[in-house]
Amino acid sequence: MKGKRVPQSGGAGLARREFLAKAAAATLLSLAPGIRLVDLAMAREADVPVSEQVRWGMLVDATRCAEGCTDCVDACNTEHGLNGSGRPEIDAQYIRKLDLTDPATGRSFSLPMLCQHCETAPCVDVCPTGASFRRADGIVLVDKHICIGCRYCMMACPYKARSFVHENLTDQVPSTPRGKGTVESCNFCVHRVDRDRRPACVEACSGAGHDALVFGDMNDPNSQLSRQLQEVSSRQIRADLGLNTGVRYHGV
Amino acid sequence: MNMVYQQIDGGARFYFALAVLTMIMALGAAAAHYMELEGHHVTGMTNQVVWGVPHVFAVFLIIAASGALNTASIASVFGKAGYKPLARLSGLLAVALLVGGLTVLVLDLGRPDRLIVAMTTYNFKSIFAWNIFLYTGFLLIVAVYLWMMFEPRMNRYIKPGGLVAFLWRLILTTGTGSIFGFLVARQAYDAAIMAPMFVIMSLAFGTAMFMLIWFAACAWTGVVVDAELARRLKNLLGMFIAAVLYMSLAYHLTNLYATEHHGYERFLLLEGGAYTALFWFGHVLIGGVFPLLLLFSPAGRSTSTIALAATLVVAGGLAQVYVIIIAGQAYPMPLFPGMTETSTFFDGVVAGYSPSLYEIGLGMGGVALSLLIVVVALRVLPFFPHSTGSRSTADSESAAASAG
Ligand code: SF4
Ligand code: SF4
Repeated sequence: MKGKRVPQSGGAGLARREFLAKAAAATLLSLAPGIRLVDLAMAREADVPVSEQVRWGMLVDATRCAEGCTDCVDACNTEHGLNGSGRPEIDAQYIRKLDLTDPATGRSFSLPMLCQHCETAPCVDVCPTGASFRRADGIVLVDKHICIGCRYCMMACPYKARSFVHENLTDQVPSTPRGKGTVESCNFCVHRVDRDRRPACVEACSGAGHDALVFGDMNDPNSQLSRQLQEVSSRQIRADLGLNTGVRYHGV
Repeated sequence: MNMVYQQIDGGARFYFALAVLTMIMALGAAAAHYMELEGHHVTGMTNQVVWGVPHVFAVFLIIAASGALNTASIASVFGKAGYKPLARLSGLLAVALLVGGLTVLVLDLGRPDRLIVAMTTYNFKSIFAWNIFLYTGFLLIVAVYLWMMFEPRMNRYIKPGGLVAFLWRLILTTGTGSIFGFLVARQAYDAAIMAPMFVIMSLAFGTAMFMLIWFAACAWTGVVVDAELARRLKNLLGMFIAAVLYMSLAYHLTNLYATEHHGYERFLLLEGGAYTALFWFGHVLIGGVFPLLLLFSPAGRSTSTIALAATLVVAGGLAQVYVIIIAGQAYPMPLFPGMTETSTFFDGVVAGYSPSLYEIGLGMGGVALSLLIVVVALRVLPFFPHSTGSRSTADSESAAASAG
């Protein structure tokens, strides 16, 4: 398992839940050793299933995102073990920095682009096997066990958020199982979120003092994310497609 | 009037064909195996161009399969007796092309070993999943249809059988076209015309393939090509070619009408380098204008001219499918229309793609598999008529044409 890091938000409640989860996992460990890994990964309040009440989402504040900064990207690559092959055109990129310039005004800015965790996700709709799926809490995932690698989801995703694993893998990170010949994309660090931690990119961005990324529950009116979304103007990228994305952008 | 059918002879020529086709197929299989073993990094595909040359071959073969059934449809559904002797060959070719195309498609999957997953786990919202049914259904229906033709007691069901097959293949090609039509975010594919365009393309490619196989089988068996039938099929082919050109024109004109698609049109028609060349020289000239000129020139009566025209249609068709599939992906998807975009993930730039030998090998392997099926079937079962005879040609052309 990965070394544990102190959660940066949430305070005592989070720490307590994490403790309880680990205690539960430890109990299970003594009962049945094989189960431990699985249970720890699902340790998020083991008795509460992933709920529709929650919708995980993110607000990207482009006005705070620094041009040339790649802290979120680097953190993502480390978190998920995306060690490149040296050929950028085939390397997986769950999150990338997009540099934009408005030719009319000359204004330029920068923002991270990642899976938008669409509510009506084209990738989910087109996937022939159902490997692409949307969890009740809004996180869009690929089941690596039934993905056949047809890449139709990559064709369908308007954000080019998906990557295909082109080569044999080494040094995989246990929390992000990958598979040659299957498709993958940002999973909102589901293994962290299920343990009440924020995605690696969000943590890295605020760690560097930019605070351009806010993660949280869009359905909880009191979450920091919801409050921010109420306060500042934000938009969905390619809102014309009507996908009701889980990632919103401010300052674009 | 009882038609007498024959098997092709099993002499040296047969074994030679068998050997050559098996060899190409084996090379294709080896290429696919290597791709699976090493991962797709050995191919030309990238995260930007995710469907490459294998898809070009697969899509071409699949839609040609549907069109290859045309002759049988005209015979049974539209009651044109003149086409009847060739109905078996038409059904056989349809099955063979579809099997070849599907094989390529499956072997190009990231996980071809999970074929069984694809066959057992369905997401019914996915047009791709529907296509799996359409394809397997087509194979089944044509197999039954062929059986009805072979089995004298079943002959009376040929007409309804043919009708089912005819309707099914229209749906099948529509389904294949819809795979692209559903990709709303991509400028090249966001068009309802995609599906009907594929239907017309299938008629042209399928008829061209059919005529080539027919001529080859005639040469092989020493049967004289029925000039009247050749003339009619040739006219039909000409009409289909013209229709493909028309569809292509309509597609690009409607795109030019929508401002948001101007970028793509400009790219494809003018500035796309190899894609522009493939479009104008491959699709329009080689696949359209030249064969039309050949077919309707005075020389268009000779079998060799028709064969040349049909070959050009096949080559031009491959170019057209290449342009549709590859250029459509290479052109960047705008996330912020009107802004210039750059990133480490090739946003805002035309993505490069150069096909690898492995991909071409896999595609050719699929073609070889299709031909191998045809050759072996012709050898073991009486698919081919002793002569097409010159029967009453009173059937009107227009009725035959309406089969489209
Ligand atoms: S951004 Fe792309 S990969 Fe993510 S949910 Fe939407 S369609 Fe799927
Ligand atoms: S590549 Fe995998 S996840 Fe994507 S559509 Fe195909 S089976 Fe589904």
